[in-house]
Amino acid sequence: MSTAAGQGTAAGQGTAAGREIEFRDAVREAMCEEMRRDKRVMLIGEEVAQYNGAYKVSKGMLEEFGARRVIDTPISESGFAGMAIGAAMMGLRPIVEFMSWSFSLVAADPILNNAPKMLYMSGGQFGCPIVFRGNDGAGGQLGSTHSWSIEGLFSNVPGMKMVIPSNPYDAKGLMKTAIRDDDPVFFLESERVLSMKGEVPEGEYLIPFGQARIARAGSDCTIVAFGRMVHLALDAAAELEKQGIFCEILDMRTIRPLDAGAIVRSVKRTGACVVVDQSWSFGSPGSEVAALVHRECFDDLDNYVHRVHSADVPAPYAQQLEQQYLPNARRICEAVRSCLYRA
Amino acid sequence: MPIKSILKLEIERVSILDEHGNYDEKLGAGLIPDADLVKLYEAMSSCRYLDEVAFKLQRSGRMGTYPQNMGQEATSLGAAYVLNKDDWMVTCYRENCGLFWRGVPMESILLHWMGDERGNAMPRPHFATPIAVPIGTQMLHAAGLAWASKYRGEKQIACTFFGDGATSEGDFHEAANFAANLDLPVVFCCQNNFWAISVPGKIQCSAPTVAQRGIAYGMPCIQVDGNDIFACVYAVKAAAHRARTESRPTFIEMVTYRLGDHTTADDARRYRDQAEVDVWKLRDPLLRTRKFLERQKCWDSSKEEVMMKRIEIEVNAAVTRAEEIAAPPITDAFNYTFAELPADLAQQRDSMQTHSLASEATVTSTAASPGAGGH
Ligand SMILES: Cc1ncc(C[n+]2csc(CCOP(=O)(O)OP(=O)(O)O)c2C)c(N)n1
Ligand SMILES: [Mg+2]
Repeated sequence: MSTAAGQGTAAGQGTAAGREIEFRDAVREAMCEEMRRDKRVMLIGEEVAQYNGAYKVSKGMLEEFGARRVIDTPISESGFAGMAIGAAMMGLRPIVEFMSWSFSLVAADPILNNAPKMLYMSGGQFGCPIVFRGNDGAGGQLGSTHSWSIEGLFSNVPGMKMVIPSNPYDAKGLMKTAIRDDDPVFFLESERVLSMKGEVPEGEYLIPFGQARIARAGSDCTIVAFGRMVHLALDAAAELEKQGIFCEILDMRTIRPLDAGAIVRSVKRTGACVVVDQSWSFGSPGSEVAALVHRECFDDLDNYVHRVHSADVPAPYAQQLEQQYLPNARRICEAVRSCLYRA
Repeated sequence: MPIKSILKLEIERVSILDEHGNYDEKLGAGLIPDADLVKLYEAMSSCRYLDEVAFKLQRSGRMGTYPQNMGQEATSLGAAYVLNKDDWMVTCYRENCGLFWRGVPMESILLHWMGDERGNAMPRPHFATPIAVPIGTQMLHAAGLAWASKYRGEKQIACTFFGDGATSEGDFHEAANFAANLDLPVVFCCQNNFWAISVPGKIQCSAPTVAQRGIAYGMPCIQVDGNDIFACVYAVKAAAHRARTESRPTFIEMVTYRLGDHTTADDARRYRDQAEVDVWKLRDPLLRTRKFLERQKCWDSSKEEVMMKRIEIEVNAAVTRAEEIAAPPITDAFNYTFAELPADLAQQRDSMQTHSLASEATVTSTAASPGAGGH
């Protein structure tokens, strides 16, 4: 894996004079740059070529790279995920787009049972340098089957890396790292974040995995978040500031590897920790962070780690229900206040 | 030793009433009495009008993503006409016409696409499964329903619908294999409309027909003109008979075309030629059925006018009924998660109930903008 150009802990929004682009454009730029520099990289998935992708992430890529490298597939998630594994073993570096991570469940065997174990099972002979990417999470009012936050389920599996960027700058730098990584990388593009704009410099940069970013500095309580949840945490922190509570927000960027050091350092400073995680609470990144903090910061804590998750039910289809189901700024505020005994 | 051919395969295509008005008297004899055909035509017209209304509702923000049925009405309707009331109709998302024929209320379907789970809680007994948007899943459920019906010694059969694209999912192949190997009373109706969103049929299947995919699993296969209500009825009737009397599956490729976009989230002009659409407009199932009825002296423009007035009233009333249903309470999200709600979930439910929607608005959220997307 290549190392980063040192922007790891910057505010993550580039320089003041930088141009602003959407999250989806940042992901595309990363893919295009990597495809220009490395002929082994290709993009494969449903509607990625002719249609520019279900979420328009691959817009224009068919024109630039042709149908040989930007490949529309049949509706066969298990098929193209499994094919990508074979192609990767033959030395290619496929990027596999799932229209939605919800549809990756059809491909559970190749992506969970094959890709992350190929190196292990071949005694180190065959790696799987594949990026699996797609839209993740609820909030688009797509009903329970199309609204998975798969980080809860999939981050449990050894052998793969998981990236969940919160902003365009990170998305680009992390995608480039993902493509150059020699292991399978699950790249999750949070629902509702794709159209979000942010500054992204023109020049090349990479962001290493396992380096959290301080999205907001504060002294009273550490909020650990990733993906879209970072924005909810920022909203909550702005509200809490009015009440004299100063939160530090850690944007984890990658769930696996998890920057445990950053979490521990922050919590040792603040003495309080709240985790915001869109997936269900049982056996989740949120519970992992809580276990970590309880172990490493036991003597620094004034209260147990508070966690904000989606409700423990399938994602509701109805709009108001879906909004209530998801973590939101109000629930984060409550968790922080409760954690600080200021409820 | 000379090399011998050991297998020759054939696929029959059935067309009874074509787009030019040619009608096969022999195949059509006794298939659909004129009085029934009038009702079928009215059903198609009503479904077509609903498509128009739903499209406008979506564009004005009163409906989530909606998949129009336009052009494909005859496929599911032909099947529904043949099936018994207690046969299972296992659909994906473009079978409104058949569902309405079986008595599923229009407001249920509307409610569903307006973004409400309760749209799928159709009044029972309807023997229709929830609308299945994940591609492919429902075919295996149909095989399972038929399996259980056989196991219980009942006469119910299962008729399942899916697109050409869905035959690329493993689920299709596994369902077809099980249905054939276990001798299950299933009718597989593939609505081949040549497109899976922007992906043309040749990317899904290199064989000249989709029907032959069924042959590979050892079941009778047939291709029909899916815009011909007679042909659809003919094929499903034979298949249902086979299922009921011999407990054998059948694969029917219904060749049709969606005249509209994939869903309201799509713009089909971006990937297909208007010339192609224009050809299929001439093959519209409604057009040829109407002309046939006129020839039979069962229909005329004044009847058309009366019908359209009635349909407008009925569809608009259904929209009103659907829109009048108050948003579901948050307790709904919990109450159907388990047969018996565990104590910890009951606690979560009760604590969420105490937060009114108004309190959600106290903290403005930049990232929480709601809105139905969809594919
Ligand atoms: C497992 C899964 N993969 C992808 C999708 C996205 N998707 C929705 S409809 C569709 C095309 C379906 O085409 P086809 O089966 O031909 O049905 P049609 O809509 O043409 O009737 C796709 C790819 C999905 N809903 N589920
Ligand atoms: Mg199709």
